[in-house]
Amino acid sequence: MEVLRVENIKKSFGKTEVLKGIDFSLGEGEVLSIIGSSGSGKTTLLRCLNFLETPQEGRIIADGETLFDAEDKTKLSDAAIRRNRLHFGLVFQQFNLFPQYTVKRNITLAEELLAKEKLKKEGSYNGYTTLREALAAIDEKAERLLEEVGLLAKRDSYPCQLSGGQQQRVAIARALAMEPEILCFDEPTSALDPELTGEVLRVIRELKSTGRTMIIVTHEIEFARDVSDTIVFMDEGVVAEMGPPAQVIENPLNERTRAFLARFNER
Amino acid sequence: MFLTVIEALNEGFLQTLKLFAVTLLGALPLGLVIAFGSMNKFAPLRWLSRVIVWIVRGTPLMLQLIVIFYVPGMILDQNPWAVENGRFAAAAVAFILNYACYFSEIFRGGIEGVPIGQQEAGQVLGMTKSQIFFKVTLLQMIKRIVPPMSNEIITLVKDTAIARIISWQELIYAGYAFLKGSHGYAGLFWPLLFTGLYYLAFNGVLTLLFGWIEKKMSYFRS
Repeated sequence: MEVLRVENIKKSFGKTEVLKGIDFSLGEGEVLSIIGSSGSGKTTLLRCLNFLETPQEGRIIADGETLFDAEDKTKLSDAAIRRNRLHFGLVFQQFNLFPQYTVKRNITLAEELLAKEKLKKEGSYNGYTTLREALAAIDEKAERLLEEVGLLAKRDSYPCQLSGGQQQRVAIARALAMEPEILCFDEPTSALDPELTGEVLRVIRELKSTGRTMIIVTHEIEFARDVSDTIVFMDEGVVAEMGPPAQVIENPLNERTRAFLARFNER
Repeated sequence: MFLTVIEALNEGFLQTLKLFAVTLLGALPLGLVIAFGSMNKFAPLRWLSRVIVWIVRGTPLMLQLIVIFYVPGMILDQNPWAVENGRFAAAAVAFILNYACYFSEIFRGGIEGVPIGQQEAGQVLGMTKSQIFFKVTLLQMIKRIVPPMSNEIITLVKDTAIARIISWQELIYAGYAFLKGSHGYAGLFWPLLFTGLYYLAFNGVLTLLFGWIEKKMSYFRS
């Protein structure tokens, strides 16, 4: 089943056209990795999907629902943008944990705020009608997620007490807490020391095995090959090549993909 | 004699405290307004705020006091400050305006210093703008602004002495009176030196207070 379709996304910053018409679709439980050199538009594409940037053209359709259509000139309300964002989760290169909160609070904060808001407006949240029940469920979920990323013992620590790899694992748990249909990663290991990338990649592999739909922007070519159903190679704002890893990485048809991979293998 | 001096100095210190407190109460919110003005998307407002900050920070507080106290009287027929507590009001206006501009730059630094990623993390988790401000960025801003604010506030305690240029009878004025001859004493130098102890003690208390606040927030790094 198709969970995401992206059509003709174009995005410019001033005179620089960063995305020149991106199309792809993603099925449920699929993992799509985006590779390409810096400046090719990978991160901008993820930011468009998470509504941190607004494309000038194109459409974003999730679960059959059109979240964004550049043709439709009515400005999306703040509430609509918030709803749209919840289809996606985003794990940042720089983790961006909230430094003043404990690990567990980082995970529960956003959902608690949402639950309070829903209970006030609609009288129920996820089937819970009292704040106490809702908070207990949110708390329980946070512990379960921390268990999943192997950091339950660190629930009362502050981000500054954790290593980069641990911080990123908390960030993954935090993104999962909002139960996004599609989890996006923006170079999740690029800010980590080499010996810490393994633990983060392991968590992503485990997510893959549980059937989670993911879009991963990464420079870890080997990892992308192992974990992905589809690889997208982006170059200068276009999808230069797209296909299964066996094609794009082992047997690239496109000249630019070959050049990119050759440069990569030199390292 | 000692009691007379202490009584006079206490009165002067009370006036100093009054100006200090009123300046803080006025300059903190006004500083926040100016900070938001100088970060506003609307260019004319941004430039207006920045020009005001440039003028106020670029000229001496003493000159600002003199201008605010005397110039209205030169334009109007009569000095609007020539009322009961008029000197205090004029001093308060000058100090609030002056310190609001300094505070605004500290606030701006604090607000802009919080990494944009914090806001974006809140956004992708579906938080509203106000939730992001109050639950995510505010405390990080406060942590950033406490050290420069404590500096500025301690300077304010001592700057209140400048108000004597428009004959506002603050602490130094009270001490100096004994040198000039009043309360039946003349040529007494030590009361003036003694005023230093008041400033020192008060700033000591403030230093401890800010140290405590910083310690309270030292559990996280941002």
